[in-house]
Amino acid sequence: MTEITEVPSPFCGIGTDDLAIHIDGVSLKVTANGCAVNSPAFELPIVDTAPRVAGQAVDLATAVAKAAELLRNTQQPVIGGCATDVNGMRALLALADKVGAVADTGNFNIARRNLLAMQDAGWMNTTLAEIKNRCDLLLIIGTVPEGFAPRFFERYLWTEDAMYLSDTSVREVIYLGKTPCGDASTSPSGKKAQALACADAELPDVVAVLSALIKKQPLQAQSVGGITVDDLQAVAEKLRTAKYSVVLWGAGTLAYDHAELTVQTICNIVKDINLQGTRCSGFPLGGKEGDQTANQVCGWTTGYPARVNFAKGYPEYDPFLYDSHTMLTNGEADALLWVQAFNANAKPPLTELPSIILGRSGMSFDKEPDVFIPVGTPGIDHAGHAYRLDNVVAIRLKKLRDSGLPSTAEVLHAIEQAL
Amino acid sequence: MLIKLTGGTVYDPASGIDGQQQDIFIQDGRIVDAPTDGRPVDKEYDLRGKVVMSGAIDMHTHIGGGKGNIARTLLPEDHRADPVHRTQLTRSGTGHAMPSTYVAGYRYAEMGYTACFEPAVLPVNARQAHMEMGDTPIVDKGGYVMLGSDDFLLRMLTANKDQKAINDYVAWTLNAAKGIGIKVVNAGGINAFKFNQRKLDLDEQNSHYAVTPRQILQTLAKAVLELGITHPLHVHGCNLGVPGNVDTTLNTIQGVEGLPMHLTHIQFHSYGTEGDFKFSSGAAQIAEAINNNKNITADVGQILFGQTVTASGDNMRQHANHRFASPNKWVCMDIECDAGCGVVPFKYKDQNFVNALQWAIGLEIFLLVEDPWRIFLTTDHPNGAPFTSYPHLIRLLMDRSFRNDMLATIHPEAQKMTTLASIEREYTLNEIAIMTRAGAARIIGLKDRGALSAGNWADITVYTENADRQAMFSKPDYVFKDGELVVQNGEVVKVTWGTTHIVKPDYDLSIEKDLKPYFDKYLTMKLGNFKISDDEISEDGRGSLTAHPLRGVA
Repeated sequence: MTEITEVPSPFCGIGTDDLAIHIDGVSLKVTANGCAVNSPAFELPIVDTAPRVAGQAVDLATAVAKAAELLRNTQQPVIGGCATDVNGMRALLALADKVGAVADTGNFNIARRNLLAMQDAGWMNTTLAEIKNRCDLLLIIGTVPEGFAPRFFERYLWTEDAMYLSDTSVREVIYLGKTPCGDASTSPSGKKAQALACADAELPDVVAVLSALIKKQPLQAQSVGGITVDDLQAVAEKLRTAKYSVVLWGAGTLAYDHAELTVQTICNIVKDINLQGTRCSGFPLGGKEGDQTANQVCGWTTGYPARVNFAKGYPEYDPFLYDSHTMLTNGEADALLWVQAFNANAKPPLTELPSIILGRSGMSFDKEPDVFIPVGTPGIDHAGHAYRLDNVVAIRLKKLRDSGLPSTAEVLHAIEQAL
Repeated sequence: MLIKLTGGTVYDPASGIDGQQQDIFIQDGRIVDAPTDGRPVDKEYDLRGKVVMSGAIDMHTHIGGGKGNIARTLLPEDHRADPVHRTQLTRSGTGHAMPSTYVAGYRYAEMGYTACFEPAVLPVNARQAHMEMGDTPIVDKGGYVMLGSDDFLLRMLTANKDQKAINDYVAWTLNAAKGIGIKVVNAGGINAFKFNQRKLDLDEQNSHYAVTPRQILQTLAKAVLELGITHPLHVHGCNLGVPGNVDTTLNTIQGVEGLPMHLTHIQFHSYGTEGDFKFSSGAAQIAEAINNNKNITADVGQILFGQTVTASGDNMRQHANHRFASPNKWVCMDIECDAGCGVVPFKYKDQNFVNALQWAIGLEIFLLVEDPWRIFLTTDHPNGAPFTSYPHLIRLLMDRSFRNDMLATIHPEAQKMTTLASIEREYTLNEIAIMTRAGAARIIGLKDRGALSAGNWADITVYTENADRQAMFSKPDYVFKDGELVVQNGEVVKVTWGTTHIVKPDYDLSIEKDLKPYFDKYLTMKLGNFKISDDEISEDGRGSLTAHPLRGVA
């Protein structure tokens, strides 16, 4: 039995790296600084280690050969999921380049809400350490950070010290759209966050009104989405008087059509505040289990985020056309390779096409794929790199145990070689 | 395998060879003396009538790191216009202003470049820089690690820590982030922007720390010297792009008090305020200052006309310049109590007075700085222009009539404000070889690179002599990397993986006693998880580290 400390997590997205983990053979137990996201993800037992072809256990070489056979001579394979580490994503893109596949990360439709806004107008954003040391006003729009990452407030707001705040409990927290979940957002001195709640469908209008107030546009309305304009005016004033406010949004919970316009409005609020004599930064909350990693690696490898098609022999980017789920549904693909090395509960898209799944051990299927290869989890079964949600920091994942499970990169390289 | 390059006209300034016909022998990746034991030559290349230089070295090019990937993501339209097909040998990708990493490596090699140095490695983002450079084929690489706006250093300065403690921190950071030099971007300015300061002059205090850029530059320049790091402190000055900043730059040169200092993309820091448009060339004063101060080196950061994207750590100045964004979209980031970045697309236009004069100012500096060992050919890729424009830039330097023809096409008021037409100098092949090879290797501190004498690594580029220098430098006949033929007739014929150049200055381990509580208290990562280990560079089976010697301790 050994204990490893300062273990970084690829699961929570916020780059928690203070976990202590007891290791007994291949069993893991989080003994310090666990949370509802990280502890189960680390402690999940290994169930299967043998690859399967048509439901029958085979050795890795056989499974790889079968995968290569299924991909050979395809016209438009799709590679979905893309939930892996940097080396896994490198190998995935090498394979996609070779077989002319679409590579499409699992949560792209969520990330797209940010990417479309960013590619149209840009943004001014910040990272976790700046929040921790500078943020005196946190405006949270349309999401609940403590639901996304249970330790968000503990690690980044209610810290014992901050470089530029004498007392971290003076930070002000405002929820716009949602209400807090539990007391995580309540300051150590007991000050509760202000909540200005509205229905999701009203959020675009609420944000538009806030934007108009920031721009000092005249408004006729007295309230919007059940929130008074006076309350929003007070939020605008607080943004103008804060030293370093942070406007946080979560694309994942902006679950309505053209949410990118809401994101863009939020980003414009941030830019406008910066032109009014004080500082303000945006913070997109979202991206775990390899989402950012996939977009980053695809970014430097192809020039585009991770929804690209290599069918023409070079990468083409289209944030709508190359949606792997739509392509499978519409009969635009002829094979599926799906990669999910982090989450055994995730489900691949259902398809009648030849399908190859590289998944975390213990994954169950509604329909047995042609090939299933259990792969190691980055940060548990092998070392690697994963991006934190703020995109700047790549964390170095540790190998915690000898499970014998191959890495995503090893399996995908082998498939590429076997083609 | 013994390779013989026969009869080429060799330009090897490191050995004092200026256009002499010579044979070169290569064995096991390195250049060797002519064998005297009668060993047979396995492969011979007839280079009679060809020009032979060592592989070119780009000492300042943004090829790896977060801001580059932001620039890529920001501009899908730029990539769509330049798709790069996969071949049997090479990966697909995209090009133009901020190419994908594979395409960057191929295109650099196809221009005869064999090493590239990323000048703005944020310590907290160094992993990404190394991962991107790790996916950049053929060329060697390395990075300058950015300090000067990080809160830890500013806290040390505020607390009046002694120079030795600063040196330990600088050396620790350089080891942790795996760089070959230290870079300062708008000293203290990125930090000041976080405190809502929108400009910071050389002697202006950070509103929180009461530290000035001048202090930061002096302290870091001294640290670099005392640690024995060969590459002088690499300085992106204050007030980038601001008319009148020529005075800031001259003060910066004086303020460093004789310590070695490299002023990067100096073109952007050489602006006066004369004339009807209150924008004029400060090139003559800057060149005179460089000529007179032997401790100063500079690269130009030439602008060339067309669409590009500027990606900089200087979010203070990038934010100020966002109103010039073309297309109108831009990104600024504050980063991890470490630094920041700003990405602003630019379209430099020859009929825009300011852009036209920027173009002329860069060329004036190239031509007025007398010593080619102290001035380097850069466009600050992609900020002044994509690196693929280097052959065009070389022609501008080597061909006066071409230069004057181009000058005649730019904004007429800009033509009146430049002395370019009267400058007769044309760079020689030897001077180009100094600026892009021997001088670059020397200033970076690369051992066994940038020279063609026996013992050096065989990074060699062979061109066909051509009066059209742009054509000549666009398409080498042969490029050898570590003795392997990687490019023939301007196309990649073999894909290899270059090494990552670093230095490893010593430091007192006790610095971690101060750093660890700082990390625990204020940062978002454990100290142990921050440091990049050697295997992170090499575990993919392609990368490697090459540590270069330090200078005798000063």
